[in-house]
Amino acid sequence: MAAAVIEAKDLSLTFQTADSPVYALSKVNLTVADGDFVSFIGPSGCGKTTLLRVIADLEQATSGSLTVNGLTPHAARLARAYGYVFQAPGLFPWRTVEKNVALPLEIMGIEGAAERVKRNLDLVNLGGFEKKFPWQLSGGMQQRVSIARALAFDPKLLLMDEPFGALDEIVRDKLNQQLLDLWARTLKTVVFVTHSIPEAVFLSTKIVVMSPRPGRIIDVIETNLPRDRTLDFREAPEFLKLAHRVREGLKAGHSYED
Amino acid sequence: MKTERGQAIPVLIVCLVLVVVWYLACIPMNAVLTSAKIEAAGGGLAATLRESWNHPRPVIPAPHQVLVEVWNTVFMIAPWKVKSLLYHCWVTLSSTLVGFTMGTLLGVGLAILIVHSRLLSKALMPWIIASQTIPILAIAPMIIVVLGAMGFTGLLPKALISTYLCFFPVTIGMVKGLMSPDVIHRDLMRTYNASAAETLWKLRLPASVPYLFTSLKIAIAIALTGAIVGELPTGAIAGIGARLLVGSYNGLTMMIWSALVAGSVMAATLVWLVGYAERKTLARMGVRS
Repeated sequence: MAAAVIEAKDLSLTFQTADSPVYALSKVNLTVADGDFVSFIGPSGCGKTTLLRVIADLEQATSGSLTVNGLTPHAARLARAYGYVFQAPGLFPWRTVEKNVALPLEIMGIEGAAERVKRNLDLVNLGGFEKKFPWQLSGGMQQRVSIARALAFDPKLLLMDEPFGALDEIVRDKLNQQLLDLWARTLKTVVFVTHSIPEAVFLSTKIVVMSPRPGRIIDVIETNLPRDRTLDFREAPEFLKLAHRVREGLKAGHSYED
Repeated sequence: MKTERGQAIPVLIVCLVLVVVWYLACIPMNAVLTSAKIEAAGGGLAATLRESWNHPRPVIPAPHQVLVEVWNTVFMIAPWKVKSLLYHCWVTLSSTLVGFTMGTLLGVGLAILIVHSRLLSKALMPWIIASQTIPILAIAPMIIVVLGAMGFTGLLPKALISTYLCFFPVTIGMVKGLMSPDVIHRDLMRTYNASAAETLWKLRLPASVPYLFTSLKIAIAIALTGAIVGELPTGAIAGIGARLLVGSYNGLTMMIWSALVAGSVMAATLVWLVGYAERKTLARMGVRS
């Protein structure tokens, strides 16, 4: 059993709003082991992004405990334990691709920026685009740059918040395959937020099905799939069985109502 | 290039209309001085136009008279002489530039303070806005006189009036610019545990550059206005403001108008220079042209 990278116990987060409190997360229990690829799936408002943001210390839980690499999320953030990929690429438009990837290295004062930038751009198949500005790239390429940026300082943990949500399905399929290859090669631990069932099933070693009002975990599915799967795997009976189970979980959480 | 030409023609047409109106207006406005002469010459269109447009001390000089005056005071006199228009331009320009520089630094500094501290934002913002409700014409003489009594004369008091006027658009523009980065960008810097200084330097300042230039274009034009206003109460020693004042004391309308032309050309040139710097800077920052 690998060491737990993320461990949540009875984690709750309530937002106080003007009219009534919003229970974004309610008694969440979760363990993410080293090398896992964990997806949070659920409809909007189920707290999947909030949970990711709590892990990243961009939000603070109201009760319960959470450790990241055995540290509090705050200490883990200060220790630069994770790379974060947002819904939008969030590149700095005044920086070229290579300067965008070098941004965390500049801030953290990490040596050998040139080599790291090159290695990570190659990893996302963007060698040769170093001098381009973000507007010169397609949406999918921009998101790959942001993945390279998140990987630039070699965090063991990669947090991804619906990184491909804004892309069309063809690009998304391609990036799913690339991400899977990247994960297999780098042995990172990935936590991935999505609202696509095929994406979650295809990518994950563990699927966390969530449901809204209050945001909670309905089901945790261990997939035990071969690491070297390709997109064709989505036609396989195992895949369809898993997708069905995810869908049943979402149904049980009343995700398809209202 | 195509758009520039497309813009030039309407502008030229308006310019032409204005010149025509100006020439026509000279006839009735100079009538006080010229009607007797026109009558003496036997009336008629030719005499009217000749007298109205060529009076040596007209109420309103015709455009070509102003141009001749500008030519004579710019190119026919050495620029270090007091009679040279260039000399007066330089006096005004130097205090404009000093005031503009100080105003920009002050404006950016204030904006950085305001963005980083809610307390300072609450404490400073009302004062900054109130500062602009005071009519500058009313306090300019006081600034000049008070600073003069303290031993500051010449360029500095005038530059301070420019500073006072032009820090405001810079502050307002920069507060907006420094706050302009997306939530994603700010969250990203947080995940890197970047310090406030690093976030300022690598995110907020670059993001605010377009806002800065918009403000600078306004600031440089009003810095010039401030310098001219500052020259009025100094006893009209030198500068565009002094030429305006001396001209109106002595009824030298051509001196006033040539000073106006000089001031306008300077303002247009300064705004154009800022715009040029903006285009070059934004191009270097990879903004899609």
